[in-house]
Amino acid sequence: MGSLKDLLHNPRFRHAASWTALVVILAGLVAGTFHTTKRVDYIWRWEQIPRYVLFKDSRVVEAEDDATVVALDVAGGDTVIVVKDYLDMESYYEVPSDLVNVAVGQEITRGQVLAQWERWKPGLLLQGLVLTLEISVLSIALGIFIGLFTGLARLSKSPAPKWLAIGYIELIRGTPLLVQIYIFYFFVGQVFRLSNFMAGVLALSVFAGAYVAEIFRAGIQSIHRGQMEAARSLGMSYALAMRYIILPQAFKRILPPLAGQFISLIKDSSLVGVIALVELTRAGREIGTSTINYFEVFFTVAALYLILTFSLSMLVQFLERRFAVSD
Amino acid sequence: MIEVRNVYKTFYSRHKVEALVDVTMRVTRGEVVTIIGPSGSGKSTLLRCLNHLETIDRGEIVIDGIPLTDSRTNINAVRAEVGMVFQSFNLFPHMTVLGNVTIAQTKVRKRSRDQAEEIAMTLLQKVGIPEKARSYPSQLSGGQQQRVAIARALAMQPKIMLFDEPTSALDPEMIGEVLDVMKTLAREGMTICAVTHEMGFAREVCDRVVFMDEGRIVEVGTPGKIFDSPDHERTKAFLAQIL
Repeated sequence: MGSLKDLLHNPRFRHAASWTALVVILAGLVAGTFHTTKRVDYIWRWEQIPRYVLFKDSRVVEAEDDATVVALDVAGGDTVIVVKDYLDMESYYEVPSDLVNVAVGQEITRGQVLAQWERWKPGLLLQGLVLTLEISVLSIALGIFIGLFTGLARLSKSPAPKWLAIGYIELIRGTPLLVQIYIFYFFVGQVFRLSNFMAGVLALSVFAGAYVAEIFRAGIQSIHRGQMEAARSLGMSYALAMRYIILPQAFKRILPPLAGQFISLIKDSSLVGVIALVELTRAGREIGTSTINYFEVFFTVAALYLILTFSLSMLVQFLERRFAVSD
Repeated sequence: MIEVRNVYKTFYSRHKVEALVDVTMRVTRGEVVTIIGPSGSGKSTLLRCLNHLETIDRGEIVIDGIPLTDSRTNINAVRAEVGMVFQSFNLFPHMTVLGNVTIAQTKVRKRSRDQAEEIAMTLLQKVGIPEKARSYPSQLSGGQQQRVAIARALAMQPKIMLFDEPTSALDPEMIGEVLDVMKTLAREGMTICAVTHEMGFAREVCDRVVFMDEGRIVEVGTPGKIFDSPDHERTKAFLAQIL
């Protein structure tokens, strides 16, 4: 019996047992999910999904009738072949410019292949991912900007900036993001004639700005008073001291909460689907509606969000390591 | 060089604290003055008022002919002429030693980077740690950090140096290296106002000692006078405690 007790208290045995437990739990989760989906009588069709990410666009452009080429109009990467038949009726064929194999004045016959091509095109999910990425990057940049200045205003001793900042922060934190998006779309967007993209980006930036302001305020306040005093005693103005002494130290300290805030922002961007922006979640819903393969679609959507948020986490960890040289 | 006339300062934290009461003193060019006194006697407050880190309630402070209390005074310009060394060093932890000593030179004095680094290296040589130029403050001992802080203040080529208990946060074996730098400065003719309890420093290079208690200047005199035959009972009692 002594040997069993020894074994249970052996740190190496405990470590191995813990790993085993982890594997068993994960395997259990997978098996459980599999079993559940069997019971709900769902037909998995994963093969439906890839074409919504990338699909091959293959086209053959054939002449519909005998005619003569009268003009080649280049527009962007495409060329419009203008032809006239014997009744002087014009028809148009649009083909990629690099594939044009006819010249002005040339006769073409019915069924002649004017161009044939295959191109990879982004599917609805990839388009949604790109839009989500654009909205997130813009909102994060604008959110940092708004948050920094609101945070500084919040710390001001002068009443006007201080109370404006407090009012803004409380207003934004006290109302739902979804309502703010509607207000930005229906009210602000109408008044200033904003596109729904701009309305969405502004709503998200203003929302993030309020939280970022509080993060900046806490970060600046966490820097020891002596740092500001030392900088000021060297003759630096408040602004110089903030820029070169306080903010660099504060920024390093607030990176983790800031990263958390921006990961939230990426996820919150799914709400701008309500103002007709086909970002990732909305794209998923639309595909779900047309294919009724909701399970696969939303698992894929979730995985795509994970790619974005995980990349951001990695970036922040990289920055933290770089800033750590002075510790 | 430094004129302090009838200065009053009261703090209202939890209790009303009269930090400075009718303080009047002057420091002439090239003079080295040490302020001593029990904790809470207002000596640090007085020093911090001299470069406007604290504002005063009443009275007047004039630095090199410029009144600090005048609202038209550009306080940053005055501070650039007054170097300050703190008890807790307050080096900028995110910059190298060289960065610490050059930042104000380039941003306030508008010197070129090369010129600032040259001055910085000369000063680091002077305080005895040129080999630490590329290190970060966290890699230095307390004594080394305080010497960098002195070099940082000197880099602005100030007319006055203020020392606020510069050796109080140091391990005993490091006090000497900081005091040596201060003594060198004093002998070179720098105008110095220091809050310190290092009697050796006071006796060796100090012209006058100011004893403060409860926000008032109790007694002023040469080091010999104050340390050996003080007039006031309060001074005697204080010296008996610390010597």
